[in-house]
Parts: sequence; structure tokens; C-alpha cells
Amino acid sequence: MRTLLAAALVCAAAPALADPTDKQVEEVLKRDLHPRGQATMDRIEQDELQRACTDAHDNPSPALAKRLEAEQMRTIRYPEGSLIGDWKRGEALAQSGRGLTWSDKPGAPSGGSCYNCHELSPSELSYGTIGPSLRRFGKTRGNGPEVQKYVYGKIYNAKAYSACSQMPRLGTSGTLTPEQIKDLVALLLDPGSPVNQ
Amino acid sequence: MRRAAAVLFALVASTALAQDAGKEIRRYREMVAEGSPAELFELGGEALWKRPQGPKNVSLEKCDLGQGPGVVKGAYARLPRYFGDADRVMDLETRLVYCMQTLQGRSSEEATAHVFGTADEPSEMESLSAYIAGQSHGVKMQPGISHPKEKAAFELGRALYFHRTGPWDFSCASCHGQEGKRIRLQELPALSERKYAGPVAASWPAYRISTSQFITLQWRMNDCYRQMRMPEPTFGSDATVALILFIAATGAGETYAGPGNKR
Ligand code: HEC
Ligand code: HEC
Repeated sequence: MRTLLAAALVCAAAPALADPTDKQVEEVLKRDLHPRGQATMDRIEQDELQRACTDAHDNPSPALAKRLEAEQMRTIRYPEGSLIGDWKRGEALAQSGRGLTWSDKPGAPSGGSCYNCHELSPSELSYGTIGPSLRRFGKTRGNGPEVQKYVYGKIYNAKAYSACSQMPRLGTSGTLTPEQIKDLVALLLDPGSPVNQ
Repeated sequence: MRRAAAVLFALVASTALAQDAGKEIRRYREMVAEGSPAELFELGGEALWKRPQGPKNVSLEKCDLGQGPGVVKGAYARLPRYFGDADRVMDLETRLVYCMQTLQGRSSEEATAHVFGTADEPSEMESLSAYIAGQSHGVKMQPGISHPKEKAAFELGRALYFHRTGPWDFSCASCHGQEGKRIRLQELPALSERKYAGPVAASWPAYRISTSQFITLQWRMNDCYRQMRMPEPTFGSDATVALILFIAATGAGETYAGPGNKR
């Protein structure tokens, strides 16, 4: 049994011939999942980026990453005027993990789930660690127009800066509105925001 | 027995509301010292296993969980596995539905109408899972990994695990891909690694303290697809069984320590 198991684990490490393709996995999902609430079946269809990242095991070659990032960069739409909104509203959005699941009310505003993955304000101790800490982000990185543009773009489409990032594309996917993203930029960059204390 | 368990749970739920958190925790500790709440579900499940039900009015006692009709001891530790009679790989819950259909004459719609319970209304599936799994406590876990259909299910499970999809581009590995990561304060085991998959596989199904529910791996797959912003997995579908086999086979060799407790 031991050796049998060891053999199975060796197979598991090297991509076996039997590895199902993305298309086959998609067919399985279409058969084995069913729509519920706002979670409709079209969500199963991978886009080009998702397919490329799945195939590259989230570790694309530099050339592929560059091409994918350039494509994603073209999806970002910047609003006219200031990119800095209200950090208080941004904090509430960062706290909220709501949005797009079958148990969320369709049409209700979504949150950004930021605290699920990042440390931000010092008073919130219940933060996740999938992403890096964003404590004192504006203090350490500055808050001029270039940094504002970067943070707005990063929240709008994280993949424009890191092709296979685990951070969702919150603007491109229609999760957050430009107003909401501006409020989150303020949370990260406004000198008055708790993030920068 | 079932009624007794339900009454006890109703009692637990109502006192929880009335008491403050400190008392609640103390009471819970006492309960754990006397025996895990999971044990109540095991007892309820044993009664359900033996109770005649369905159009044929027979019990599940002749159900073949892989070790022969009626053999419950050690059966869970060998699941998921391939079953020739159904010609597919099945996890415990899928197999139980199969037995409800073939032995008791129940429809799959009826048997799966209320598989995920609540604190007030625990499900038959959860209690049965608690009972069967409890009968493997202390047994080394060896799910099926040799039959061609088991191998295919394992490969499918792994492919699903790394498949990125949905509006937030998640795969299972987005959250369970690296050691030592958390969502808020909840730790996320990297289930594609033996070190993490073993203890996780050995702790399910489990009593969930925060919601006073007994939860199963089918429930866990369901809730993680919800968090992925994906459509809902169909109960007992090949995709869910493949993921469960992938985790169980990755963690194989671990001694079954459940039914456990979750936060
Ligand atoms: C599911 C996890 C996840 C969620 C949710 C998430 N992030 Fe991220 N984020 C990451 C990861 C992982 C990285 C690091 C990799 C990268 O740069 O893409 C990151 C990177 C970042 C960066 C770049 C940091 C730097 O040093 O340049 C910023 C800014 C950021 N996130 C802000 C946010 C904000 C604001 C939200 C909520 C609206 C958010 N993130 C939600 C996972 C997440
Ligand atoms: C968006 C984040 C996210 C994604 C994606 C995700 N999970 Fe989870 N998963 C969680 C969280 C959070 C928990 C722990 C919840 C808790 O502690 O109560 C969890 C718990 C689990 C557990 C139980 C772990 C334990 O310690 O007992 C299993 C098994 C699991 N997930 C499997 C999966 C599988 C398989 C997939 C893909 C189909 C998946 N998860 C996708 C967030 C996620």
C-alpha cells in the first residue's frame, strides 16, 4: 500500500497524460453546476487571461505576463478629475465582503473584500494575509498623481500589473463603481485615513 | 433518539441567545469535556441508519459502503472509491443517496431535498455522515486511487483545484494555494500538499461551533464555490466527488480523527 501510494503521489507531481484540458474541465462544470440567484452559468466560461493563468499554473513566462498585462491595462477606464474620494466610505467598502455570490442580493452594492486579504487600518485586527500589508501605504509610497493612478488602476484591474495575481479585477468585473474605487484610493492615500496613521 | 437530539439542539440554541459569550464558552467547554456535540449527531445518525424508511420501508443497514453490505466499521476511511454497481466513484454522501434510492426506493429528489441543515433543523445526511465517519475513528485513511475511474477522478479533482474561473478569477488554490495564509482570521490549509490535506481529510465531517451545525465535505465544497462567485455545485456531482477524492488522496495515510470540531 505504501509503495502504491508513493507511486500515486509521483504521478500527482508530474503532469500525467490523463490531465483533463481546460475545455474538458469547463464541460464538467457546465454539467455539474447549476445556476442559483445571480450566479449564472456564463460565469463558467474562462476568458483568455484565466485560461492562460490556469495553463501556466499562475506562473507565466515574462513574455506572456507582459502581453497579458498590456491587454488588461487597456480595460482600465479612469474617471475625469480627482481620483481621491472619501476614505470613510472606503473603509466601509474595504470591510464588506459582499457581492456577486448566489447568496447576495442582486443589484445591491458590493464591497471590496479588501480586509479578507490585506491589513489596512491599525484598528482592524481581523485581516487576511493572501495579499501584502497595506499599512501606511500612502505614507511610504506617496500620494501624488502617479501613485493615485497606480492604486486606482490596481483596484480596477489587478492583473494589469501582475498577470496572474490572486486579487480580483474589481472594476473590470463590474464589482465596484468608479466612485467606490475612488473612495478606496482615498483609504490608501489620504493623509487623514487611518491607514496612514 | 433523533427527536431527543433535536430537542437538545433547540435547547442549546435558545440558551445561547440568553447567555453572554463567556458563559456560552464555558458551557461549550463543559459539553466538550463530557463528549463532543458531534457525538449527539453520531447517535442520531445511528438511529436513522437503523430506521425503516421510504416506499420500501427498510433501513439502510444493508447499504454497501465498500466493505460489504452493512459493514460500517472502517468504511469511511476508504472513501471516496469506485463502486462497480453504480459504475462511478462515490464519496460517503453520494453513496448514502445511492442506498436510499436502491434499498429504500426513495427518489433522488426526495433524498437530497434537505441535505444541508441548520442549527434548528439538522439534516438526515449530516447525522448519517457523523455516524458512519465516527465508525472509522482511529483507522488509517486509504481512499481509492487504483481503479482507472479513481485515477481519472483524482486528475479531474486536481484540474478543478487549479482551474481559474468566475467573475473574481478564483481557483481553489487562490485561497488554498500557499502555506500559512488567512482570509480574515481563518486559516487556509494548502490542500494540494500532503502536510495540510492529511489533517483536514482526517477531521471531516465536523461540528461547526459558530453555527451549531454539523457540516460535511459536500457542504464545504458548496460553500467554497459560493465564495468563488460561481454557480452552485449539484449535490454529489462528479466534480464535487473528484475534489473530495483529490484532497483525501493527497492526504492519504493519515489516521482518521473525526468527526471533529470547526470554528
Ligand atoms: C482575494 C485576495 C485579494 C483581495 C480581495 C484584494 N486583494 Fe489586493 N492584492 C492581493 C494580492 C495577492 C496582491 C499581491 C500581488 C499583486 O500585486 O497582485 C495584492 C496587491 C494589492 C496592491 C498592490 C500593493 C503594492 O505593494 O503595490 C494594492 C494597492 C491592493 N492589493 C489593494 C487592494 C484593495 C484596495 C482591495 C479591496 C478593494 C484589494 N486589494 C482586494 C490580493 C487581494
Ligand atoms: C475565496 C476564498 C476561497 C476559495 C476560492 C476556496 N475556499 Fe475553501 N475555504 C475558504 C475559507 C475562508 C475556509 C475556512 C472557513 C472557516 O474557517 O470556517 C475554507 C475551508 C475549506 C476547507 C476546510 C478546511 C479545514 O481546515 O477543514 C476545504 C476542504 C476547502 N475549503 C476546500 C476548497 C476547495 C476544494 C475549493 C475550490 C473548489 C475552495 N476551498 C475554494 C475560502 C475559500
